[in-house]
Amino acid sequence: MSNSDIVLNRENDRSSVWNFLVREFKPKGKLFTPFNIISIPVIIIGIILIVIRFAKGLGAVTNLTQETPWGLWIGFDVVTGVAFAGGAYVITFMVYILNLKKYHTIVRVTVLNGFLAYVFYAGALLLDLGKPWNVINPIIGNSFGVSSVLFLVAWHFLLYMIAELIEFSPAIAEWLGARKARKILSGMTLGAVILGITLSTLHQSGLGALYLMAKEKIHPLWYSEFIPILFFVSSIFAGLSMVIFEGSISFKVFSDQISEKNHKSHHDIIHGLAKICTITLFVYFFLQVLAFVHGKNYEYLNTRMGHWYLVEMIGFVLLPMTLFFYSYRKRNLLLIKIAAIVTMVGIIINRLNVTVIGYNWDSVQHYYPTWKEIVVTLTIIFIEIWIFRWIINRMPVLRDAPSWAKDK
Amino acid sequence: MSINRRNFLKALGLTGVAVGTGKKLSASSVKKENIKEFYAILYDSTLCAGCQGCEWECALAHGLPDPDLEDIPEAGKIRKTNENRRTVINAFSTSKGEVYVKNSCKHCNQPACSAACLTQAMYKTEEGPVIWRDEKCMGCRYCMVSCPYDIPKFEYFSSNPNIQKCDMCFDRVKEGQLPACVEGCPAGALTFGTRKEMIAEARKRINDNPDMYYDHIYGEKEAGGTGVLYLSPVPFEELGFNTEVMDKPYPELTKGFLYSVPSIFVLWPAILLGIHKATNGKNKQLEEENE
Repeated sequence: MSNSDIVLNRENDRSSVWNFLVREFKPKGKLFTPFNIISIPVIIIGIILIVIRFAKGLGAVTNLTQETPWGLWIGFDVVTGVAFAGGAYVITFMVYILNLKKYHTIVRVTVLNGFLAYVFYAGALLLDLGKPWNVINPIIGNSFGVSSVLFLVAWHFLLYMIAELIEFSPAIAEWLGARKARKILSGMTLGAVILGITLSTLHQSGLGALYLMAKEKIHPLWYSEFIPILFFVSSIFAGLSMVIFEGSISFKVFSDQISEKNHKSHHDIIHGLAKICTITLFVYFFLQVLAFVHGKNYEYLNTRMGHWYLVEMIGFVLLPMTLFFYSYRKRNLLLIKIAAIVTMVGIIINRLNVTVIGYNWDSVQHYYPTWKEIVVTLTIIFIEIWIFRWIINRMPVLRDAPSWAKDK
Repeated sequence: MSINRRNFLKALGLTGVAVGTGKKLSASSVKKENIKEFYAILYDSTLCAGCQGCEWECALAHGLPDPDLEDIPEAGKIRKTNENRRTVINAFSTSKGEVYVKNSCKHCNQPACSAACLTQAMYKTEEGPVIWRDEKCMGCRYCMVSCPYDIPKFEYFSSNPNIQKCDMCFDRVKEGQLPACVEGCPAGALTFGTRKEMIAEARKRINDNPDMYYDHIYGEKEAGGTGVLYLSPVPFEELGFNTEVMDKPYPELTKGFLYSVPSIFVLWPAILLGIHKATNGKNKQLEEENE
């Protein structure tokens, strides 16, 4: 590019940037797809419910009580959602720390997923706060509750979102054609990755540590001092199962964006992830047995909650572990995907067992979410998918980066 | 590799500092207790007549609705505190006849609620009362999850919800007055003073009348010691008390996790950077060999 070109570009800059943004913000693709037809009405109802929630209080929308102050929005949206977002730190660890280049093609989409999950699911926390305008208190205020696990988790959410944004930012720079910015931002990747993994280790386990003080309220089969470690280890295979699940959907829906080469390598990637899932599931199962023996919980096994516990351990830990192992040996992709789905259901069950089902399990009026809480949860998920699709269609996430941005 | 080693040493040093400060923190919290004696309330259920005078005084003092005249203590019925009442009297039929029990915040020496609070809205004052501060609270309700006695109550039907709980009439105590319930109790079942005095008084009552009292002061050790102490004629299980509460302060349950944070925060990045350098070097070597 000659000097005169650059000058010319500068003059046109303002209007062209504007035109570019207007063009990019317009929806691409058809409006009446099955996903849109389902998601649009849900989102509209969900937004109405959110307005009611803020006008009339949490009681108008949720089934929360004085005995059960945390329900679906915390137990599913935040605690489970963040576990599923764990894929980002695991994949960045493999690619940037262990230098396993094989997984490089899925870094961007995983980081994007992680970032959006944090924005939306940690953002869902705001809906659950009685006084959300005071959320800045622990961040800027003079009232640092440093003895609180929630203080740690809140700060980590915030910092981790920034770290993930930095990790993803080169894609934004490529989309905007900002070459210099891209260079600076890519230089920050390793730092962001290291910070991100450290933060993830602590807040994935921190989400479990939140419940440590609720000692007598959580069913003994799910309460142990191991909760933080169990939450951390399970976030590894939870995140990777999400990567497998989301990856196989993305590869169908956005197949036009994916190069031939990446199509082939994807099978290899899924295969490798299945192996890691097998190992971490095994470690997790071992830790669960340890917690069970340590807690001397034999007497509870032959109760209703005990049977439910066995369903979780056998059907959603041992079974997917075996499935992953078998499908890895047989190189059976379909079976790997099924194993990933079983694992994900298992994670949902586990997190809800700790936070909702096993919480005050013996109370007379046990908490059940209202349909409104479920619709709001779906609204959050759908809006996230909309944004995800919007970004995938515009930025080089699944498709290859522009030629000028290729690393040497 | 030199960067590696330097980082490692740096990490090691910082971890030492982190672990050191961790220990210091725990030491200072113990020290604080000795400097100033917490205030406490002694509740003697053998004297309580179940008149609900404390409920009325409490409602009046804190601008809460008057107690429901239909809803009176009856054996077999558990009345709970809620966002409209900070204290309630319950009746229990026991092996020694009907006994009344007043329930409200216990003002733990090391409260789970305030350890849980990330904005210090729930706050253990130096005087002893655990208070809640409106302008700091963000309404996350983690205090409610953490409290072993289910004391903090949330206004679910308000767009600007508050947490309601007994604050031992902190405003009155600061001025040298008695808490409203203590002042208003016609039966003299409530006594107010420093925690040491109240424990001494409770023990004296048990010793003077060993037949009348069950030999235990509830709150002396429970949850690490509380600011409301209870005397009863019968074992506390019979009075619906949570006897599963552990004697250790509840914040201890998360201390181990929180103390590991600084070490991980310092060690992890160094280890990660080390692995990165190591694997990077190996890859390059391999590439060179291949060439």
